[in-house]
Amino acid sequence: MRALRAYLRSPAALIGTAILLAVLVMGLGANWFYPADPLGLAGRPLQWPGANPRFPLGTDPSGRDIAAQLFHGARISLLIGVVATSIAVVIGIAIGALAGFYGGLVDTLLMRVTEAFQTLPNFLLLLVLVAVFGSTMQTVTVAIGLVSWPPVARLTRAEFLTLRTRDFVQACRVQGLGDAHLILREVLPNALPPVIVYASVVMAVAILLESALAFLQLSDPNVPSWGNLIGLGRSVLRTEWYVSAIPGVAILLTILGVSLVGQGLNDALNPRLASGR
Amino acid sequence: MSRLIVEGLTIRLPRGADRENAIEDVSLSVAAGEILCVVGESGSGKSVTASAVMGLLAPGLSIAAGRMALSGEDLRAKSPQAWRAIRGRRIAMVFQEPMTALNPLMGVGAQIGEMWRVHMNLDAREAERRALAALREVNLPDPEGALRTFPHELSGGQRQRVMIAMALALEPEVLVCDEPTTALDVTTQAQVLALIKDLQRRHGTAVMFITHDFGVVAEIADRVAVMRLGRVVEEGTAREVLTNPQHDYTKALLAAVPGLHAPQPRALSPDEVLQVRGLTKTYVSRGLFRRRKPVRALDAVSVTLKRGSTLAVVGESGSGKSTLARCVVGLLGADGGQVVIGGAALPKRRRDAARLVQMVFQDPYASLNPRRRAGAQVAQGPIAAGTAAARAMQEARDLFALVGLDPDAVDRFPHEFSGGQRQRIGIARALAMKPEVLVADEPVSALDVSVQAQVLALLRDLQARLGLSILFITHDLRVAAQLCDEVAVMRNGVVEEAGPIGAVFADPQSAYTRSLIEAIPGRALFGL
Repeated sequence: MRALRAYLRSPAALIGTAILLAVLVMGLGANWFYPADPLGLAGRPLQWPGANPRFPLGTDPSGRDIAAQLFHGARISLLIGVVATSIAVVIGIAIGALAGFYGGLVDTLLMRVTEAFQTLPNFLLLLVLVAVFGSTMQTVTVAIGLVSWPPVARLTRAEFLTLRTRDFVQACRVQGLGDAHLILREVLPNALPPVIVYASVVMAVAILLESALAFLQLSDPNVPSWGNLIGLGRSVLRTEWYVSAIPGVAILLTILGVSLVGQGLNDALNPRLASGR
Repeated sequence: MSRLIVEGLTIRLPRGADRENAIEDVSLSVAAGEILCVVGESGSGKSVTASAVMGLLAPGLSIAAGRMALSGEDLRAKSPQAWRAIRGRRIAMVFQEPMTALNPLMGVGAQIGEMWRVHMNLDAREAERRALAALREVNLPDPEGALRTFPHELSGGQRQRVMIAMALALEPEVLVCDEPTTALDVTTQAQVLALIKDLQRRHGTAVMFITHDFGVVAEIADRVAVMRLGRVVEEGTAREVLTNPQHDYTKALLAAVPGLHAPQPRALSPDEVLQVRGLTKTYVSRGLFRRRKPVRALDAVSVTLKRGSTLAVVGESGSGKSTLARCVVGLLGADGGQVVIGGAALPKRRRDAARLVQMVFQDPYASLNPRRRAGAQVAQGPIAAGTAAARAMQEARDLFALVGLDPDAVDRFPHEFSGGQRQRIGIARALAMKPEVLVADEPVSALDVSVQAQVLALLRDLQARLGLSILFITHDLRVAAQLCDEVAVMRNGVVEEAGPIGAVFADPQSAYTRSLIEAIPGRALFGL
């Protein structure tokens, strides 16, 4: 309750929440606003925004409605962001928790695996995964999740390392409680706040990674994602720059929204850090 | 003439705090060559007073009224720049925890020398020469070598000597000491107190000494001011206040100071519920490039606890007493020897061991999970052992009543309790498992003296009602004397001396035990 009130007091958090809600409404209402297939031919290609009242944001090089793609793309970007982040956070917490809680050999093994992932540039790894497993929406999302977990694991491990020796955890050991209880009920709830805050960073990066893939035309071409639209605009960048710029601004605003929410969460969950500012 | 005068000082707390003012209408004065002890429990405002005098009020606090003057010069009107010229040079401070007050990345000599370099623009060589003299004055062994050491290479007492050398470097008019000996062992504390007193006498410094310990007051004070909830309730010479206190609060505080009177010996049961046989534990730290010297924390330690009685394990920091406690409850595995409870070796499985032995932890703030309800933390042990949840919660409520808490408080979170109440929850949690042996690791050392007395009384009462067998770890002989039947004195992992507590205190056989007893502050006043 106290955390919620602190969250609502922060203007950054409120602006971020508003932006994200707007994107969410765009995504959820896409079928209602633009019931037709956003990838279907709608009119003459490359009409400037405002030139034709039927297409307020213009059309792309194939003559598809940019506004329709923007609305349907919001759904894709949010979906990828949320699902990939969940995958990354679940893997990261599981590995970090086990490594931090047990230490010793388990820690050494799991951390070497984590470092192996970290030493590879994650976009490169993502390209390899997509090249091997194909570029459907599902594989792209899972692949983004698979390359994003190492920092979450390291953060969770660091929290676990300090928390596992706390007296209240020792007290539970003395009470005869099992490791599962110690990890899930005692340590994890206390370790979560920084991980939740970091998840917002993971989400922003996930959305960016998908856009980057799409820009290279390695993402799923059969969905109207923002990245695909930017990729389409690449060939006409010097004359009809709006084709790339409009979805670019959408990505920018969404990531800004995610980051602001993350900062609001940080202030709410770590009140001692916030009060100094 | 008074060096430092505080008159009618009121400091406002930020809104939403538990009271309006941190301190209210506080008037104090310290003359040259005088030690004023400001005594109070936590929350009394004594540390806020000290930081106001240093011009170091925490953000959010503001001076609402009153006056502070240093040798007749008004301090309240000083700008931050003017304060910087005063701090260190004319008013110096010694902090409670020397490890955190010293810069860990800077050599001791450079740190002391900085005082002259910053305030008097002396060159490095002259600063080092003076630093050496200062270290010599605080009786640091090997002062030349100490110049080049880093804080972590010194012991706690040595670090505090360095802090004192630094504080007195520029011969300040006023020295503020904020609980300077609280983090130290009792024998070290006695040495540091003697050092402060000696230096203060030689330099004629006015000392404002913040403490919670009346024993320390009796050792060092010329005058005493007793604070409670932000107000000075009594002030006078040390003799007056200590021997003839006027205010009820002072009387209560003095009464709560445990004396070193061993209780009447009781007839103890011959049944030895806990036997520690030749327990050995060595800490080895393995590094890739260097191997540190292994530390022998327990060296063939054997003690026995008789059923229904209390055994005190007494020792200074590093004596191995906490390691012993953790081995007995199975949190640490021993390298050799055996822990036998009720005739059988302590089982390896955590759940089996939990029925035999339970532990009360030192820090009541760290030993409860801040995110879970108090009752759930008491009931979870029995639930894991197979008790039905509803029954375990009912037992938790009964235990809350038993330890003197409101049974309805089971639904509250730990931050809604005071330190003493949390320690009661810790005791209830341990009792919930109905253990054969209760290990209490410094259970009262983080508590105020009056709360300490209540928790000790609770333990004594519970022992009488439930026939508890308690292994009581403490660094404080006075606390041990309150509760315990037998005592084992530990030093460097070895039991130096053991026996009935009255006999050991009245006629200590080992020189170490004798030095521990002699170092107790205020012994002359509170008596043996």
